[in-house]
Amino acid sequence: MALVIRAVRGRRHPRPSLPRAVLAVSVAALLASTVAACGNGASSSGSGSSSSGMKDGFVQAPQSSGTLTVWVDSTRVPAAQAYQKAHPNTKLNIVTYDGDANGSNTLQTKVDLYDRTGSGWPDVVFSAENNEISWAVNAGFTAPLNEGLIPSSTLSNFAAGALDPCTVNGKVYCLRNDLAMVVLWYNAPLMKQWGYQVPMTWPQYQQLGLEVAKQHPGYLVGNAGDTFTPEIYMWASQCQANDITGLRAVTVNVTSPSCTRMASLLDTLIKAGSMSKLSVFSTAFDKKEKGKVLMLPGPAWFGGAVFDTSSGLNTPKGQIAVAPGPQWPGSATPSTGNVGGGLWLLSAHSRHLAEAVDFLTWVTGNNAYQDDLAPGYPAYAPAASAWLANQAKSGYYAGDIAPVLQQAAGQVWPGWGYGQFSQEAIWASTIDPGLTAGKTITSMLSAWQSAITEHAQADGYQVSP
Amino acid sequence: MNLAAPVRPAGTRATRALRRVRAVRAGHVFVAGYVMLLAAFGIVPTAYGIYFAFTNSANYFAGLSNFTAAARDFRYLPAVGHVALYLLIWLVALVLFVTGLALVLHQLPARRTGRLVRFLYYIPGALAGAASVMVWLFMLDPTVSPAAPFLRLLGYGTFGQVIEPGHLAILFAMIAFWTGAGGWIVVMYGALNNIPLDVIEAARIDGAGGWQTARRIQIPMLRKWIAYMVILAFAAGTQLFVEPQLISEASLGVAGRDYSLNQLSYDFAFQNNNVNYAAAISVELLVVSLVVAAVFVTRSRFFDAD
Repeated sequence: MALVIRAVRGRRHPRPSLPRAVLAVSVAALLASTVAACGNGASSSGSGSSSSGMKDGFVQAPQSSGTLTVWVDSTRVPAAQAYQKAHPNTKLNIVTYDGDANGSNTLQTKVDLYDRTGSGWPDVVFSAENNEISWAVNAGFTAPLNEGLIPSSTLSNFAAGALDPCTVNGKVYCLRNDLAMVVLWYNAPLMKQWGYQVPMTWPQYQQLGLEVAKQHPGYLVGNAGDTFTPEIYMWASQCQANDITGLRAVTVNVTSPSCTRMASLLDTLIKAGSMSKLSVFSTAFDKKEKGKVLMLPGPAWFGGAVFDTSSGLNTPKGQIAVAPGPQWPGSATPSTGNVGGGLWLLSAHSRHLAEAVDFLTWVTGNNAYQDDLAPGYPAYAPAASAWLANQAKSGYYAGDIAPVLQQAAGQVWPGWGYGQFSQEAIWASTIDPGLTAGKTITSMLSAWQSAITEHAQADGYQVSP
Repeated sequence: MNLAAPVRPAGTRATRALRRVRAVRAGHVFVAGYVMLLAAFGIVPTAYGIYFAFTNSANYFAGLSNFTAAARDFRYLPAVGHVALYLLIWLVALVLFVTGLALVLHQLPARRTGRLVRFLYYIPGALAGAASVMVWLFMLDPTVSPAAPFLRLLGYGTFGQVIEPGHLAILFAMIAFWTGAGGWIVVMYGALNNIPLDVIEAARIDGAGGWQTARRIQIPMLRKWIAYMVILAFAAGTQLFVEPQLISEASLGVAGRDYSLNQLSYDFAFQNNNVNYAAAISVELLVVSLVVAAVFVTRSRFFDAD
């Protein structure tokens, strides 16, 4: 558009008015053909021009020593700092970015640009989105880890299913940072004081929600105002919204009973007033709901990120306890949802693979960071045991949270996959504005269905109902 | 935005040929820097974009297929509608308020007040683009906004209610006006100062009041400036990006994602991995702006000598 401005501004002399702009365009067109003639354009993505051969299952760049560039979100900065502290001789360049949270696509955007320029990729990246592999493998950005870089003895220490979002055709392309299975957080003293039983099933949960709305108005049994609301409730309800059946195939059927039953539960409790429409990370939620949360279904990291933090609800010690997520009566095996649980990716373009692999295995392994500092349940099983022990020692929770979390870790419903399109982004733009305007989720399910379908198709997915 | 008043031809007393050659050379040197930047950041990227728009991912000529495919995307038509509505609100507001405020400013009797008001108008424009939009993220969230009582009065208790889809065009126009109009008011003020005093004087002698003078003398003489403003504002407005993108990030994607054509282009390039569709949309925006510029330039007799 600079063209327009310049073409206009460049004129001072009175002359018939159009030609300069036309000239500018023709010059541009001429240049375009020159560029076209030069060919080249943008080289398609991939591991590019490195001349060295295949090793560890991919074409490696020439290796050298130097500074290791690590991208983390602000929550994971302590992880990189802890590594630096434990390895004072490694030169580390820690770059903070948004961690791709809420489907922001920052990493993909940058990697695409680096692919065009042929340099600039970070060596190791943390991402809060579990679907990175859906583009990063095709883009040639991630290196396979189980083809020689990381021994299988290390990989087998990750919890069962933890590396599913990282695996394509048997190759593991990332390491999971933490598990984010959904459980039921609740305020134990308050439940006891009011004589309520922790609900085991969703109908019991709904019943209790209605009672709370009547007997203790203002108190909450959950919230439905986050971008990850579908991952807490719909996923746990085995709603077929995101059933990735192949590399570019997805089955979407959100008007089936397994979805409508949960939609109607949420609608009922929103109407009653015991289900909040605010995001747990909004300032409005912290201001309004502090001390008013009786129950809150949410991922394992809610404990540290929502309750036990001064930037959240800041709930005092000894109140928050955890129970297994409620179940629908009649379902054969218990199932629950999952909200994120980040990934660590290793760049296939890295020129410092040895150092990068060391960083990767350290930061996910059991050590000073994962055992003690990590806010979420570590995916690496030995670290998880140590982490749970540390949580118990801190005495923050009312009762032992270990058995519930350990059990829930293996109950995440496998029918919800990791596609390239962001389910969180789709829910946010399709359902949230309607909720704010007072519509019911049930009435918006078909809109949700078509939004998922359209976004999946835009990413080249075959969508079946 | 640094539009000075029309430059008078330099002194013509330098008659010797040598001096003229030197002046021409100096002119070339001055222009060279501009031409280089224009090529590097204007022409080459545009050419590259046009090249992308007419080729496919394998770099083969693709005709208009990128344009048709991009237009068939489910986000395309809504984005066109959003941008059209936004442009309508923003251009009308810009023309009315900028001209109006400039006239009021020009009529202010006290010099000092005039200077102060002029400065106040200009402040928001002095903040860099994205930063001035950030201010609005606070303004629009009732939990932190200094304007919270006003927002509550309108019935909006949460950020989500303020940024509901139906409000977005007006909100973006407000933000754009706040960040961009100040500069234009100063420009219009300068243009008003350029209207010869004798013309105004003559009008006054003929019995024209403030309103009559504005309508019959000042506004017609501002016509070119208004056209100029509309051309640039139209070009900038079709490229709406920062406002919806920031609102989208601040609202965690609830409002403003894929709102404008430029955002759709961005998503094509970086989300759907399709630079060619992205370029096709950019070229469309370029063509639309050029056509509108051409219409305004010819209709307003923009380059005619006064």
